[in-house]
Amino acid sequence: MKLWEIAHSRTGDKGNISNVSLIAYDIKDYELIKEKVTPEVVKEWFKDIVKGEVKRYELPQLGALNFVMYDALGGGVTRSLALDKHGKSLSSYLLDIDI
Amino acid sequence: MKKIRIGTGAGYAGDRLEPALELMEKGNLNYISFECLAERTIAIAQKAKLVNPNKGYNGLLEHRMDKVLPLAHKHKVKVITNMGAANPQSAVDVVCKMAEEKGIKGLKVAAVYGDDVLSKLDRYKDAAVWETGRPLAELDGIISANVYMGIDGIVEALKNGADIVITGRVSDPALFLAPLVYEFGWDLNNYDLLGKGTLIGHLLECGGQATGGYYAEPGKKDVDKLWELGFPIAEVSENGEFIITKVEGSGGVVNKDTLTEQMIYEIHDPSAYLTPDCIADFSNVTFTQMGKDVVEVKGASGREKTDTLKVSLGYKDCYIGEGEISYAGPGCLERAKLAAEIVEKRLALTNVKFDELKVDFIGINAIYKNSDRNYNTPEEVRLRVAARTKTKHDAEQIGNEVETLYTNGPAGGGGATKSVSEIVSVASILINRKDVEAKVIYKEVL
Repeated sequence: MKLWEIAHSRTGDKGNISNVSLIAYDIKDYELIKEKVTPEVVKEWFKDIVKGEVKRYELPQLGALNFVMYDALGGGVTRSLALDKHGKSLSSYLLDIDI
Repeated sequence: MKKIRIGTGAGYAGDRLEPALELMEKGNLNYISFECLAERTIAIAQKAKLVNPNKGYNGLLEHRMDKVLPLAHKHKVKVITNMGAANPQSAVDVVCKMAEEKGIKGLKVAAVYGDDVLSKLDRYKDAAVWETGRPLAELDGIISANVYMGIDGIVEALKNGADIVITGRVSDPALFLAPLVYEFGWDLNNYDLLGKGTLIGHLLECGGQATGGYYAEPGKKDVDKLWELGFPIAEVSENGEFIITKVEGSGGVVNKDTLTEQMIYEIHDPSAYLTPDCIADFSNVTFTQMGKDVVEVKGASGREKTDTLKVSLGYKDCYIGEGEISYAGPGCLERAKLAAEIVEKRLALTNVKFDELKVDFIGINAIYKNSDRNYNTPEEVRLRVAARTKTKHDAEQIGNEVETLYTNGPAGGGGATKSVSEIVSVASILINRKDVEAKVIYKEVL
């Protein structure tokens, strides 16, 4: 099952740091998502994009996780050579993870 | 209990105008705030001001105010915006002149500034630049330095009767928190209330992103009438409790999911969102659907602010040259790869210097990039080559070498485009808040 089936996501950027939320549609799926989508899994998934560490914050009452990915945006929106300089579309990529 | 209704007029510099007008006409608002200043916008505005000392404010100021001024006046909605950018004083002059021309009388317009700290940087030569970890003294080509100010200047302007407040750089939530502090007389040491007000600002500052914009996923997250997306309204009580809603009949949706996405947007640790006015704590926030497009928000709090403020430094960084060309049909990916090889070899042969080069195959790996994945054979692919260079000449060669693939490259290349940009980048340092003082000036249309 893809995360896309049970969760949604939005990406934000601050400088060279990207943060990607992961939110269960049904809060009953939160524990499963929390168990499967560890910072290590996310770091491996984005290994060709994210050069720094990945930290995870938990918001259980909202069924949500927040992944903060360092050194992730090719130097940040102002000087990145990427097509998507903000990394906005990374959220959809996260949802492609099979769990 | 007294309640204040505040809406978002713009979530970024170039945002749609109609939702703001709809809010002023039908939203029963007390305040509308327009957030129009991205990280480096002010550096670019500073360059415009150097060319013409009367410019350097948001380029859409006149376009917006032409429609906003009459409605704000008619419906008694106060307007707060950072459209002043590098020149709030001139923006005030422009707005007053427009009001006079429209026959609007009894209008007080305030400029809030003091965010330009370029002249104070010599005190901070040893300050560590966040992006590089190196001392500020080593950063060349600085053209602007603007500190993120808090609510002080806006609150002062409102206390002195301003109807329209135009600022330079302030924190985005301050545009929304300031009127609440003023209206409710919130104590500036009551960090719990400031944290609640900061969440209101954070949820509202990106406009449509709270009301179903940037959210739709056909079949999973369907959203009504995104072409008529309504912008958000917060209805706030004196104790900091609030609901988020939108104008009835407008497009979009307000629910737990739209607000959860927006609450987490651009924050790191949810229990420590640093702003000039407090350290906001969103870690215990809950959303409760009270009706169609009406959500009650509870649980935000805050702690004492830090002694430092963040400064955004704009500096002349580099040039970026880009070129793109498309290939289609059988073998298109192989032809695009050959095209990329040709470009890279040509750049080496002609001695073009670059600091970094990026080759993307749009449709294959321009956004998704994971070397473990096998990509299917595409129907079409677009080669994109981008490089960061020190000179404009070298940047131009990137696009030129892509363009010459038309007659010199693989079969069937089409739709070549090229561009060169001079890049003003942004770096950050912290400064002592004692070095910053908000200044306010007023102009009246009698």
